[in-house]
Amino acid sequence: MEPFERYRDVVDDFEAFIDACGRSLPMAVRVNTLKATPEQVEHAFDEAGVGYERAGWHPHVMRVETDTPGATWPSFHGWVHGQEEVSAIPATVLAPEPGERVLDACAAPGSKATQLAAEMDDEGTLVANDNNLGRLSALRFNCERLGVTNVAVTNRDARNFSLKPFAADGEREGPKFDRVLVDAPCSCEGTIRKNPDALDGWSEDHVAGIAGVQKGILRRAVQVTRDGGTVVYSTCTFAPEENEAVLDHVLRQEDCRLVDYDLALEHDDGLTEWEGTEFDPQVTKAKRVYPHQNDTGGFFTAKLEVGA
Amino acid sequence: MTGNDGQRFDRLPATEDDREVDGRATREEVLDWWENRFDIPADTFENHTFWEKGAGKIWIFGGDVPTPISVEGLGMTFLRTRQEHWKPTTDAVQRFGRLATTNVFELTDEQAERFVAGEDQEIPYDGDWGYVIAAHEIAGEREPIGVGLYVYGELKSTVPKGRQRSV
Repeated sequence: MEPFERYRDVVDDFEAFIDACGRSLPMAVRVNTLKATPEQVEHAFDEAGVGYERAGWHPHVMRVETDTPGATWPSFHGWVHGQEEVSAIPATVLAPEPGERVLDACAAPGSKATQLAAEMDDEGTLVANDNNLGRLSALRFNCERLGVTNVAVTNRDARNFSLKPFAADGEREGPKFDRVLVDAPCSCEGTIRKNPDALDGWSEDHVAGIAGVQKGILRRAVQVTRDGGTVVYSTCTFAPEENEAVLDHVLRQEDCRLVDYDLALEHDDGLTEWEGTEFDPQVTKAKRVYPHQNDTGGFFTAKLEVGA
Repeated sequence: MTGNDGQRFDRLPATEDDREVDGRATREEVLDWWENRFDIPADTFENHTFWEKGAGKIWIFGGDVPTPISVEGLGMTFLRTRQEHWKPTTDAVQRFGRLATTNVFELTDEQAERFVAGEDQEIPYDGDWGYVIAAHEIAGEREPIGVGLYVYGELKSTVPKGRQRSV
């Protein structure tokens, strides 16, 4: 927990924060509405003797009383997908509609991509991209198990994602996206409850390096989004270098602004200052979720509108 | 006629008259197959297109992209053609098999658990031999589990290794 000492003055009730980070995480699943309703899932869990409780903030998230949700009938049928509660935030905030063109820029292993497909009711086009070919098989496996048919899977570096493969005859580039999710690779501090080794490779150099990648990915995401379209940026880490500083950089470099959104989980606003550096005041519209606030993992999410 | 390029996704021709690649299934044949084998009506798939990538591997896609296209995946693997008996995928049967009324094998809880674990079982059945949909009752409805191969009085589980479970 050593790296968390830097957040002592930032996090309310720091001791509760550290305590929560040391506790294991409750198991959660998301109902896959392409295949089942929450009521059907509850019925099936009742038959199997598995206890559950619906999350108050999201109609399709359930906490379940089993250590192995993957070994249940609802999981085998693709009615549910094991997914940490906070990991359901970004797709919920992006809120794509059926028929839209949507990009998930860093999609593997696919929890959020499959949630986006469900939000779209499997209608429209979802491009799920990841630069890691090995992780793409997990992405495809999850998409198929959950019955997603509107996904095109690509293997690109998101920093130079190309619209060319989607160009129609005679066009130079494919159409821009209505919405893009950037759930960026990060230092994963917020996953400490799921993975106690999460901080093993932590260093300020690592944080700085990954922040550079994040800036490149988010800039490209804004560039491939149509005017008036929406980009959601998220990480599972607390480091302001990877969160507010990335937003601050992209707000200065690209034509976009941060917008407000509702989140019915307890959270803090984005930080306007970190270690002597001030950020664009818009970053207060981003949201930080800490483990002790809702008994979840940690998370960071921001919503951007592209163009004037 | 040209050969099949296994590296990219090509959209299936609508009918035999539109076929330009040797041995490629047509959309019409695919729809007829699901209707004949499982009684799943063709209009179930009116918002989907079918694509071939790899020899005989047919994918079902609900989005919109140009053809041909070089991407890693397009929708869901759906059907295996270019062999004597066409074979649906587990994922296709799970997604669309609820509509099936013929060649559906209704399993008891115990039979269903063994099927998902990948076991073959001797079960009397007076329907067609060949690929069938294995189903069971869950939450008050009949739900497809996967693809079985019924031959010589035995229901063989074809649930892929990576999807087999002890439930």
